[in-house]
Amino acid sequence: MNPDVVVIGAGVVGACCARACVEAGLTVVVVDRGAVAGGTTGGGEGNILVSDKEPGPELDLALLSRELWAQMAGSLGDSFELDPKGGLVVATHQHTLDYLLRFADEQRACGVIAEPVAATDLPDHEPRISRDLAGGVLYPQDMQVQPMLAAAHIIEAACATGRTTLMTDCAVTGIDVDASGAVSGVRTAQGVISTRHVINAAGTWGGEIAALAGVELPILPRRGFILVTEPLPPLVRHKVYAADYVANVASDNAGLETSAVIEGTHSGTILIGASRERVGFDKTLDWHVLGRLAKQAIEIFPLLAEVQLLRTYGGFRPYCPDHLPVIGPDPRVPGLLHACGHEGAGVGLGAATGHVIAQWITGASTSIDLAPFSPARFGASHVA
Amino acid sequence: MSREVVFRFDGAPYPGRDGQTIAAALIDHGILSWRRTRVDDQPRGILCGIGVCFDCLITVNGEPNVRACMTGVEDGDDLRSQEGTGYAQ
Repeated sequence: MNPDVVVIGAGVVGACCARACVEAGLTVVVVDRGAVAGGTTGGGEGNILVSDKEPGPELDLALLSRELWAQMAGSLGDSFELDPKGGLVVATHQHTLDYLLRFADEQRACGVIAEPVAATDLPDHEPRISRDLAGGVLYPQDMQVQPMLAAAHIIEAACATGRTTLMTDCAVTGIDVDASGAVSGVRTAQGVISTRHVINAAGTWGGEIAALAGVELPILPRRGFILVTEPLPPLVRHKVYAADYVANVASDNAGLETSAVIEGTHSGTILIGASRERVGFDKTLDWHVLGRLAKQAIEIFPLLAEVQLLRTYGGFRPYCPDHLPVIGPDPRVPGLLHACGHEGAGVGLGAATGHVIAQWITGASTSIDLAPFSPARFGASHVA
Repeated sequence: MSREVVFRFDGAPYPGRDGQTIAAALIDHGILSWRRTRVDDQPRGILCGIGVCFDCLITVNGEPNVRACMTGVEDGDDLRSQEGTGYAQ
């Protein structure tokens, strides 16, 4: 086997990288130590958001990515529940609302559609929402996707071209370099794959893959839990979340942070997030966290107090110290590219990530400047 | 021998035994399905039997989405087949 590109990681980001590379005319092997969407993607919620991004390189990437997601959904026949439902960010207090409205002004200047909604008009958008809120902002560009279906269908479409091979239950054990220090192959549990390009799309475990190539990448896990309700008739129309979610996403606090995020799904269940904690890869269920999530959700949708929860699931967001993903070539190892560290936005940013990675490999100019996402920003340390 | 209870299923009375789950009590009478799925209208009853799969949901005394495999049958229970989400659409 001698593909142009080996993608490590069969989540949404890896899938989008594979698809973009195939569309650019390259041959691809996707390897994953587990199943498709079995890691970071499987623990996620499926957000394609512009609303939670402050002006800057990540917002530019998000705006591009939502366009690419819409195109992908069109060409793949609505196979992964892409729903352009829009986001509704609400504030419980006037001072939070003031902050939210200023934030929306800044976003609007960068091309985000953000429409202030007075407290009295909130029920027009969400009939079952609390009448005790201070107001909100509607973001019609926010979308939602079923992330596991998306990863599976995007990889399937790439494989259907005949130019992509998927290898699951196939752990990567090493990355080989030639005498010049450039990538020459990937060692796996099922043998060596010769290639000149490796894309590290290993999500929260991206640092481990980088270490196999002898370089450091500061990606750490940020745990989150999601509550899943019984299936209900449609009650929540948008992705609805509390304004302090944005502050939590950008926070450097290591302790527990929770802010209400509530959204319905095609299957009728309502998903309730979002918690953020830096506790390593500890997956122990924490009832205290679940209780806080439920309480905050009820403050926004009081009827949830009468609804049963079916289950909960958790995952690990891959975060970098500066909260930006790592996208692009690693100057320390020619042929090694990173596409990981997207924190909670890997699904949303996945389409654009694959797009620019494929552009870079084929020598095209990238749609977005990759400098802010470069692994070079962390310094040039090699693993001893 | 455990005490006999009487429950109703879709309006008809049935005997059961105290300590049985709702699922066991229904299967005792040859009733294998008590829910229809919300998308494709397919029949459902017991699958895992240990509370994990949420396939055996039933409406008990007006409360929908109760797991028949994890809930004991009580004397006087009013059990109803569940259509879809169990809530009025």
